[in-house]
Amino acid sequence: MLAAIGAASIDDLFAMIPADCRLDRPLSLPPALTEIELTAHLAELARRNISASQRVCFLGGGSYDHFIPAAVDALASRGEFYTSYTPYQAEASQGNLQVFFEYQSLITRLTGMDVSNASLYDGGSAAAEAVMMSTAATGRRRVVTAASVHPEYRQILTTYLRDLDVELVTVPTPEGTIDAAALAAAVDEHTACVLVQHPNFFGCLEDAKQLGAIAHSAGALFAVSVDPMSLGLLARPDSYGADIVVAEGQSLGNPMAYGGPYLGIIACREAFVRRLPGRIAGETVDRRDQRCWVLTLQTREQHIRREKATSNICTNQGLFALRATIYLALMGPRGMRELGELCLRKAHYAAEKLTAGRRLTRTFDRPVFKEFVVRDRAKGVESLLHDAGEAGFFAGVPLGRWYPELEDCFLVAVTEKRTRAEIDRLATALAAGNLAEPATSHA
Amino acid sequence: MRNTRATLPLFEMSHPGRRAALLPVCDVPEVPLDELLPPESVAAEPPHLPELAEPDVVRHFTNLSTLNMSVDTHFYPLGSCTMKYNPKRNERVAAWPGMAELHPYQPDDTVQGMLELLYRLQQMLAEIAGLEAVSLQPAAGAQGEMTALMVAAAYFRDAGQRRTKVLAPDSAHGTNPASAAVAGFQAVTVKSTPQGFVDLSDLRAHLDDQTAVFMITNPNTLGMYDRQIRAIADAVHSAGGLLYLDGANMNAILGISRPGDFGADMMHFNPHKTFSGPHGGGGPGAGPIAVTGRLAAYLPTPLVEHDSGSYRLTFDRPKSIGRVRTFFGQVGVLVRAYCYLRTYGPDGLRRVSENAVLNANYLLSRVKHILPVPQGDRCMHEFVASAAKLKSERGVSAMEIAKRLLDYGFHAPTVYFPTTVREALMIEPTETESKETLDAFAEALFRITEEPAEALRQAPMTTPISRPDEVRAARSPRLSWPDT
Amino acid sequence: MTPDKLLFAKTHEWVAVAPDAAGVKIATIGVSAFALEALTDLVHIELPKVGRTVKAGEPFGEIESVKAVSDLYSPVSGEVVAIHDALIDRLETLGSDPYGEGWMVKVRITSDTELKALLDYPTYQKQCAEENH
Repeated sequence: MLAAIGAASIDDLFAMIPADCRLDRPLSLPPALTEIELTAHLAELARRNISASQRVCFLGGGSYDHFIPAAVDALASRGEFYTSYTPYQAEASQGNLQVFFEYQSLITRLTGMDVSNASLYDGGSAAAEAVMMSTAATGRRRVVTAASVHPEYRQILTTYLRDLDVELVTVPTPEGTIDAAALAAAVDEHTACVLVQHPNFFGCLEDAKQLGAIAHSAGALFAVSVDPMSLGLLARPDSYGADIVVAEGQSLGNPMAYGGPYLGIIACREAFVRRLPGRIAGETVDRRDQRCWVLTLQTREQHIRREKATSNICTNQGLFALRATIYLALMGPRGMRELGELCLRKAHYAAEKLTAGRRLTRTFDRPVFKEFVVRDRAKGVESLLHDAGEAGFFAGVPLGRWYPELEDCFLVAVTEKRTRAEIDRLATALAAGNLAEPATSHA
Repeated sequence: MRNTRATLPLFEMSHPGRRAALLPVCDVPEVPLDELLPPESVAAEPPHLPELAEPDVVRHFTNLSTLNMSVDTHFYPLGSCTMKYNPKRNERVAAWPGMAELHPYQPDDTVQGMLELLYRLQQMLAEIAGLEAVSLQPAAGAQGEMTALMVAAAYFRDAGQRRTKVLAPDSAHGTNPASAAVAGFQAVTVKSTPQGFVDLSDLRAHLDDQTAVFMITNPNTLGMYDRQIRAIADAVHSAGGLLYLDGANMNAILGISRPGDFGADMMHFNPHKTFSGPHGGGGPGAGPIAVTGRLAAYLPTPLVEHDSGSYRLTFDRPKSIGRVRTFFGQVGVLVRAYCYLRTYGPDGLRRVSENAVLNANYLLSRVKHILPVPQGDRCMHEFVASAAKLKSERGVSAMEIAKRLLDYGFHAPTVYFPTTVREALMIEPTETESKETLDAFAEALFRITEEPAEALRQAPMTTPISRPDEVRAARSPRLSWPDT
Repeated sequence: MTPDKLLFAKTHEWVAVAPDAAGVKIATIGVSAFALEALTDLVHIELPKVGRTVKAGEPFGEIESVKAVSDLYSPVSGEVVAIHDALIDRLETLGSDPYGEGWMVKVRITSDTELKALLDYPTYQKQCAEENH
């Protein structure tokens, strides 16, 4: 090969790199491993993790231990899917393109929106993109959100908006949901959008219809972050006036994987289609008049519009959009409805059981979907959760990290995978942890 | 054999009453819904999803997969995308429960193995970059660019400087100026020379006390290493700015030339390219960034730290820009990158780049006799051929060549990018292709250029569809199945 | 309308000025046949809202083909009094009648001075011929 090139050596091929730009030593990295050694090394690392298959997982807050049907893994692990790339050549990518079109179709049906893109990175950055869509669409520079929106989503918004001359206003939610009057007071004629989460970070249902009306009365857009697993049961976002819907799509057949990769869902009303970020697949015909699919409305995107693009996003989360599509195809309408009802009833059962004793109480007296917040009247959340861990449970997510006023509270999520027996055992474990110490109160 | 019934859209395959997934019977009291939820919050009916049996679903997606070209099935020389082989070992490991079934809010003491992996990956990437600190959080290359620019903004704000401009060459990937805009900067274009190098005098003319960052892709989009890189870095630094390296083309220089050593202050990696991804039909990728020491305090939160034998996430970082993504990052992709780096080690990694460059130069030596390669006889990991002559002489465009290559069983190169080369075909073979494959590709390219122009205009002829009507798709967009 | 009665901007927009019923000068603006041909396969046009003020030399809208976007620059300053909404669904009109039914916006102008900077048809044709080289 070197002879064909006309090069004397491999080094010769790197002649265009100036000597003072070269590394004159080997990289300081661990030595190479064979497949056997690598597998053993990773097995050793994996052994030092405790997975949700070893402890019963009641953790939520945007990532959930929902069941993943085997067919999702089997189909998504086909090399033709996961070793392909963005469908630049439509003729050689009809599989992916049709999947993206089907994904978009399923998302519009779940959300009641007119259009969906082919996915974004995750729920949090999808919320940031929704906010940027709304500032561009309205020409306004103020965004109103609430403390009941996922705190990490709000951190992302803060980071994204820091240098964009957009004001971010956060309405407090001491009762666990947004107070309509407080929201109305925060929204004005400069407000580009109101961003809420429903069910919210605490698991509570917001009065979405009323909040949407408040946004619209000021001419602002109503952007809602939803849980896709609730949409077989809860009213669809179009029914309460959502203009843009975003969601974390991890639950739709994707593993928790310590936080990623996940699936950013974004869908909107027809009026905003040209403001949507990211890839979009569309139906058309080929030269033989055969139905087919292509990437479309590409002039929105960075490779054409550069600094004027709707977003800097390049690709989508193709493989995870595929997994969500397979998941929804397997679940169907009845599956999603039953799933929603199971989560709902089990969460309510768990809330009742966990707060049956003296130590734990419900923090917010609001309807919930699959998550709820409990308060430890003994103010020992850390040791309580630790003891529950020793007893075989990931019992909940402590909230003090984000909400100092909820230092004595934690968030419990209950998916369709949790059984009555597991919930009963958790209740016992949490009760056992506090018998020695009677409940105290500063009230 | 193609099964066209199985690839009908899901909605046409739907049959009322069919279902795949069955859920367990409710084992807690079946309290009526209206006792649990306000009636107006409940949907009147379930969403209109298709109703399918599991075998239908499996057949549908299995058949759809066969309509894709992929690295596992075809040579995929898509320039700037580094479509290398994706080792199966990495897939298996990443799917283990001990890796995949971890909740992001598990206590640190229950994820010590994962945190060690991520900590070591931070260190390995810092070493490859020649930079001090790494954030694994960004979800993709484009988000890495944006994050690094936000880090730069925070740095200058802290230093009491107001710098408003981000410069990038006209040959840069579109994400560069788009990321600059999203991070709140004014994007300014710097000219390149016909060889694709930075026009140093134009750069100098643009550099001033308003310049925050100059973004450069080196090796550049023509697969050429910019010999002026140190002079560029010096010019940027003496104007008080920072040099950003777009790491899209790191596959050419692993263990050979480190961005931190040639003057870059920040960079992103594309693990889905350089460290064997895979690409997933468009994602997920990841976009970890590495920065020089003085920028470390501004990196997103959390990072992984190590002390007294244990690993932990650190959240108390007051100067941090905050977050660009939920949770830790694209962990599944990072696990694969870790496996890749451990598989190759220091010598192997250098050989990856040597072989990528050898393959590209070999293919260039064959292609240049078929299509002109304006950049000359040498390249790094990729090169750009031009069909401009063919177009003017015989009316055969780069697009037609690309489409015809599909018929020959090769994925097309990247076409019409960079825009600085007319009728561009950007070819990146990667190190995981054999000489026989490269020869076959060159042979196909040669035969295509000998074919009559009229025939090429019909290409591709053997793919599942012929050329799609993109005008129709964009004029009257049909973006979802109608819900009637 | 025939092009020889029109004025042209270097950025390929044309202008026809005529007084309305009240005697106010109204500039009708479109894009030249030469530019439309270069754009090929148009898919979308973005026009301003009625009532918006536009400035000579600044964008008033955008025209898109499948893989390109071009700004539309206003040759005159003034207030937009009408937009040609129907074009959005009938982009083919731009090709078939660029100087008539292919008009895009009407702008109320306050002064004639900007018109002096525009090209007459023969001069504009010369510019196009040069661009083709």
